[in-house]
Amino acid sequence: MSKTIVLFGRLMRHILRSPDTIITVLLMPIAFMLLFVYVFGGALKGSLPAGTTYVNYLLPGILLIAIASGISYTAFRLFTDVQNGLFTRFNSMPISRSAMLWAHVLTSLVSNMISVVIIIAIALLMGFRSSASFLNWLAVIGILALFTLTLTWIAVIPGITAKSIDGASAFSYPIIFLPFLSSAFIPTATMPKVLRIFAENQPVTSIANTIRALLNSQPAGSSIWVALAWCVGIMIVAYLFAMRAYRAKI
Amino acid sequence: MADKALEVQGLRKSFKDQEVLRGVDFEVGRGEIFALLGSNGAGKTTTINILATLLKADGGTAIVNGFDVASAPEKVRESISLTGQFAAVDDILTGRENLILIARLRNVSAPAQVADDLLARFGLAGAANKRAGAYSGGMKRRLDIAMSLVGAPAVIFLDEPTTGLDPEGRLEVWKTVRTLADGGTTILLTTQYLDEAEQLADRVAILHGGVIIANGTLDELKKLLPPAKVEYVEKQPTLEDVFLAITDDKGSGTLSCVHDKVPDPLSSVGSLLREGSDPDE
Repeated sequence: MSKTIVLFGRLMRHILRSPDTIITVLLMPIAFMLLFVYVFGGALKGSLPAGTTYVNYLLPGILLIAIASGISYTAFRLFTDVQNGLFTRFNSMPISRSAMLWAHVLTSLVSNMISVVIIIAIALLMGFRSSASFLNWLAVIGILALFTLTLTWIAVIPGITAKSIDGASAFSYPIIFLPFLSSAFIPTATMPKVLRIFAENQPVTSIANTIRALLNSQPAGSSIWVALAWCVGIMIVAYLFAMRAYRAKI
Repeated sequence: MADKALEVQGLRKSFKDQEVLRGVDFEVGRGEIFALLGSNGAGKTTTINILATLLKADGGTAIVNGFDVASAPEKVRESISLTGQFAAVDDILTGRENLILIARLRNVSAPAQVADDLLARFGLAGAANKRAGAYSGGMKRRLDIAMSLVGAPAVIFLDEPTTGLDPEGRLEVWKTVRTLADGGTTILLTTQYLDEAEQLADRVAILHGGVIIANGTLDELKKLLPPAKVEYVEKQPTLEDVFLAITDDKGSGTLSCVHDKVPDPLSSVGSLLREGSDPDE
């Protein structure tokens, strides 16, 4: 465990020393938030439930996009370690073989939570307000952490097996795109039927709806269980594949 | 048995239908420098990876520092250090931070002190706080080897330590390896360069076709050849001699003695390493 912390410290130092990765991760979701709120926000207002400001409606989707783009750096960092031999070096040392993998997972979790906090702070400046109780906030953080972990275990697979840097991070593009085909930016009611069926039944919709309900102190209903089921289900499958890839590598 | 650092018997390994190792046997005594010589694809790296517990053998036994790689891999990992074919350093961390990281992972007490000692010993003190990504190939390799020394493991594996280095970098590494052996560390190194094995190793084994086809001291191996004839040939400088002579900007003049005469390794090692043959300085 202490070895995991040492390796975690190393990876966090990487993040602090490459501010470009922080900026890249944050820039896109923040740009989307500005674009949607100030450019499209006025026109979209009519489709929103009464009394909802667009920044309040939008924030959960922006947070999910930020995590999805942050996760590509998890794959990138793991890929770099495999590529430059540090992976092999650590595996030939008297430390637990899972320590390195867990250090990457922990780094992914912490760095994405930092982006989440920064984006929420910017949303507050843009007029985001929440009536959520402390418990609701805890639940929101829990769901975002679970979502991060799920995507992290997906990211581990290309991180270990990819042949090139592009291959290691390309997996995240469809995930970043997924919130656009969901209720994250606009209610699904006006979408064409096929798209609507997809949007209403893909994981991001239930996750975004749950977070939005929690932040606005509304009952989340069944969407919270659907969201949890999606996250846990995908995480278990991704974890099994990731561990298989990991064991094949050592 | 206790005087053996490595005992390898009947080691076999196949990848898919390709049989890479077909019964490899050799032993290495404590404090010896042992060179495993072979062409590309001969199975040198496979052998090292099995000894370093990164790969499982299909058959045979390998005992490292008294521990079986199959039944006590953790004990083996405490006894060894692996320096792979490419310098495995963290480019984002400084040289010093790289060493401290390894010291922490090996539970060495006073990691910072250990790091500073090694930096001084490997002529990297001047570049200690520079990111390893900015190091030259030779410096990276020296840092890489220094990282392998943290915690003073009993056995060090060096897999093609000079592949991809320029001639100067190669000499730096050679000097480093000789210094290590003086400290009593057992070294198994692989190489495809004959002169490297000749320069460094106490004993040489030739791995070919998945088996060891020759094993002995340099003198023993030379006896395998027909007796030497005496011929008089004018000694022409090699291109390497020329390159080193005209690029030697340190004014130490010690570099030129490498080829035809082997100097007492210690005399040149100490001075050159401490001089800091750091091209960036």
